[in-house]
Amino acid sequence: MYSRAYKAVIAAPPLLWVCLFLLLPYALMFAHSFWLVRDGFLVHQWNLQNYRALFTNPLYFQVFLRTARIAASVTLCSLLLGYPLAYYLSFHAGPRKELLYQLVIVPLWVSYLVRGYAWKTILGSDGVLNGFLQYLHITHGPVSFFLYSPFAVVLMLTHIYTPFVFLPIYAALEHIRRPLVEASQDLGADRRATFLRVILPLSIPGLLAGATFAFVLSLGDFLAPLLVGGPSATMIANIVQSLFGAAYDWPLGAAISVCILLITVSLLFTTERLEKRWSFK
Amino acid sequence: MSAGAISPRFETPPNAALLEVRGVAKSFAAVQVLKNISLQMASGEFLTLLGESGSGKTTLLRLIAGFEQPTSGEIWMSNERLDTLPPYRRRVNTVFQNYALFPHLNVRENVAYGLRVKSTPKAEIAGRVEEALRMVKMAQFADVRPATLSGGQQQRIALSRALINRPQLLLLDEPLSALDANLRKQMQSELKALQREIGIAFLFVTHDQDEAMALSDRIALLRNGALEQIASPREIYARPATAYTAEFIGQTNLLRGEINNGVARCGSLQWRTAEAPGAAVFSLRPEAIRIANASLQLPDAVRFRGIIRQQIYSGASELLEIDCGSNQTLRVRIPASGPLSGEHDFVFSAADAVPVFESPSAHGSRTTAHEPR
Repeated sequence: MYSRAYKAVIAAPPLLWVCLFLLLPYALMFAHSFWLVRDGFLVHQWNLQNYRALFTNPLYFQVFLRTARIAASVTLCSLLLGYPLAYYLSFHAGPRKELLYQLVIVPLWVSYLVRGYAWKTILGSDGVLNGFLQYLHITHGPVSFFLYSPFAVVLMLTHIYTPFVFLPIYAALEHIRRPLVEASQDLGADRRATFLRVILPLSIPGLLAGATFAFVLSLGDFLAPLLVGGPSATMIANIVQSLFGAAYDWPLGAAISVCILLITVSLLFTTERLEKRWSFK
Repeated sequence: MSAGAISPRFETPPNAALLEVRGVAKSFAAVQVLKNISLQMASGEFLTLLGESGSGKTTLLRLIAGFEQPTSGEIWMSNERLDTLPPYRRRVNTVFQNYALFPHLNVRENVAYGLRVKSTPKAEIAGRVEEALRMVKMAQFADVRPATLSGGQQQRIALSRALINRPQLLLLDEPLSALDANLRKQMQSELKALQREIGIAFLFVTHDQDEAMALSDRIALLRNGALEQIASPREIYARPATAYTAEFIGQTNLLRGEINNGVARCGSLQWRTAEAPGAAVFSLRPEAIRIANASLQLPDAVRFRGIIRQQIYSGASELLEIDCGSNQTLRVRIPASGPLSGEHDFVFSAADAVPVFESPSAHGSRTTAHEPR
């Protein structure tokens, strides 16, 4: 047994860290969301004006809807890419498995910003993609909608979050005991039926975890719209950023942040419950 | 142990074999796991693949189930080529070593799985699942998940999940090895009774020779990927073809010596024999040796004196280790008879000393398999 003093000493640094860098900022954000700005000055006067503005001004709702749509598209696209990839690696890659796994992981070590600028270079009017299409005479002038559109944001975020989706799915698939797959075939199920009846249901926890990663991370993203999105792809985090910056309306920014936080937390809570429901020993 | 006597029809090779393995070999990379295996199985037969770990018995089972492809050779079932079919097209079902029950399905759904994937009508599925669960006395557990069941119960579910498909042949991969001793004995007798009742051929893999003896119509003993001997339990015990078989199945004394002028000489023991002259090895079971007394009359009796070095009591019988001179130690099994010591007269019948073949090394082992007589 450890002494109480020892436990206190060990627990103090992380506790301090959590209080200072997590609870305190959250408390400040929460408090700010009930204050207001008057004549360019922050007034510590408790009110619900920020939340009222959020729910009455259609602009915020539209941006939020767009954000959710983009996040959902990213989730869907990275699932469509990540799941087959994880399935192939886990079940059919054979001795190449380790190498391929590392190749999937490598992009995670590359700076997010670098990858953003890379997409800018690829998608721009005089970018790699347009140059290539014109070289092949598929298009005859630069196509402008590649860059600065929701499409570009979805593309970039999908590229960035697919490894995040891949990882938990791969882990879940690796966890499936191979005799179960053999038992299914033994009982008369071909590959397709085995996939649908055994592999897919048993990989649901990984699938949910991956989808949650992609959705939540996309929901709060502000760099992708900034780099490749343009005005038509402004997301909720960009609004928050501008409210805390040029617009100087911290209380409204804080109110939006509180809403996003609540949505995210309830989403995480729900998927965790679902994951538990689909976990079997 | 009475299986051989009860099912004498398997003593002769059947004309239309249910399963025929023809010269099957299997290599994984550079390692040859199975070497030219040929055997036949009759419908309704209980055949056991017996062998140490690494003998290739599970690989042979997996070849028949379709989880592996033979490197060479063919497998036929009911006059149909089997080894070219994918596992889901074979009329064979498997009971896996750790049962491999689907954790996300309850017992009823597990058992119904085979019928569901074949799009059997719902009403029929319900009836057959009910029947299959009753067969293994698990009807009351239909709605629970496998994880909540004990090993023995999971075993029963695995059995009924396989049998509900009415396979022509059931493959069992060490199905009892995860159970504790008592449950194991109980499951053995239930398994045997079930097999007799439904009349489906069982191909059973085990490393436990007692289990093989208790259950099988015939035993195929595998050694380093080759078939050492295939015969009924009684035959394989009484007439082991090789020294390896004699030692693997039950206990034995291997007597090494020579035959000259119709007399076998092994150390201090000698007896008349009709075997060909030359070096020879004989297997003499411990229970074939008795303590001599005036009332005991054995044909072709061989008598010798021995000093009891050790006595191991095991309930109904005891095992003696006796020193009979010239560095020769023999094991003798006698009915329990209280503490013994000192020098005694022993006797055995020359007919019980069975000449066996001794392969010099494991890898050079010759296939001494012969068709059962």
